[in-house]
Amino acid sequence: MRLEYPASIKIIRVPCSGKVDVMYLLRAIQKGADGAYIVGCLEGTCHFNEGNFRARERVEHVQKLLEEVGIEGDRVRMYNLSSGEGPTFAAYAREMTEHIKKLGPNPLNKTNKKAAA
Amino acid sequence: MIVAKRKPFEEIKDMIKDYKKVLNVGCGTCVAVCLAGGEKEVAVLNSELEMARKLDNNPIELGAKTIERQCDREYLEALDDMVKDYDAIISMACGVGIQFLAERYPEKPVFPGVDTTGMSVNQAVGWYEERCRSCGQCVLGVTGGICPVTMCAKGLYNGPCGGTNNGNCEISDEQPCAWFMIYERLEKQGRLDNILEFKPPVEWNDQVPRTLIQSGYKKPEEAA
Repeated sequence: MRLEYPASIKIIRVPCSGKVDVMYLLRAIQKGADGAYIVGCLEGTCHFNEGNFRARERVEHVQKLLEEVGIEGDRVRMYNLSSGEGPTFAAYAREMTEHIKKLGPNPLNKTNKKAAA
Repeated sequence: MIVAKRKPFEEIKDMIKDYKKVLNVGCGTCVAVCLAGGEKEVAVLNSELEMARKLDNNPIELGAKTIERQCDREYLEALDDMVKDYDAIISMACGVGIQFLAERYPEKPVFPGVDTTGMSVNQAVGWYEERCRSCGQCVLGVTGGICPVTMCAKGLYNGPCGGTNNGNCEISDEQPCAWFMIYERLEKQGRLDNILEFKPPVEWNDQVPRTLIQSGYKKPEEAA
């Protein structure tokens, strides 16, 4: 399909979105990422039944934790698509990038010596 | 199992605001199982604190260590060499563990990371319901296995009171009446005569800290 999506996105592959732990997301923001999002399978189609639901719950939990800290919780998001939806993947990548650009850089980076992507 | 709830972040942050180097100690038994103060919760809290303090331009150095149990000297010993490097300690154990940790390191300020909320059953992952208040004089044998001290709003040993309300308690329609439940269960078991058994007033002198030495054991001589 030769689809393009923003180069600012770094993909980390996991066996299932249910593998994504609260600490993965928190650590990403802590280390300076401007945003982090999970792309899981469509709801109701999880091979492990509830992996993507767990991922969503964790995202919501991390959003609350970040708000407590004083960072916009919406820097962390959850998206769902099926593995056959390449164009949707690219669209979500663009949507997330635009969203994060609106929010601006990670506030931690003002004090971080080395800013991560 | 003893269950606890993570303290509000702001409260923890405020308690340690004057300290630059803090050790966060998790407990690997009850509070780890109830998702409040185990290794992962220590990591989450440290991550939150580090970010918040960085935003406040007041950076903090945090250590993390989770031991098997904070209510046991045997495991606390592992902290002896670490504690001297820190200004203060956060303990994510239950109230028992926090106090035992504070007792071992009396020169260090120790702060609680959780609120201990009782002795509960695990209804599902993350869902706990209290069942025991550790009153020290168990009456479950005559109450059909339902604890009136915990389940009754008044903690009545001899019930029900006049507030029983079609199976619910007078305090709320969502709170079942413990003594109604006891009646129903005893009736099913054909043991209704048990409900008439009078339970004498409890020994309120149990309100002082209780010491338990199991039969066949004694205090070691050096501690006695």
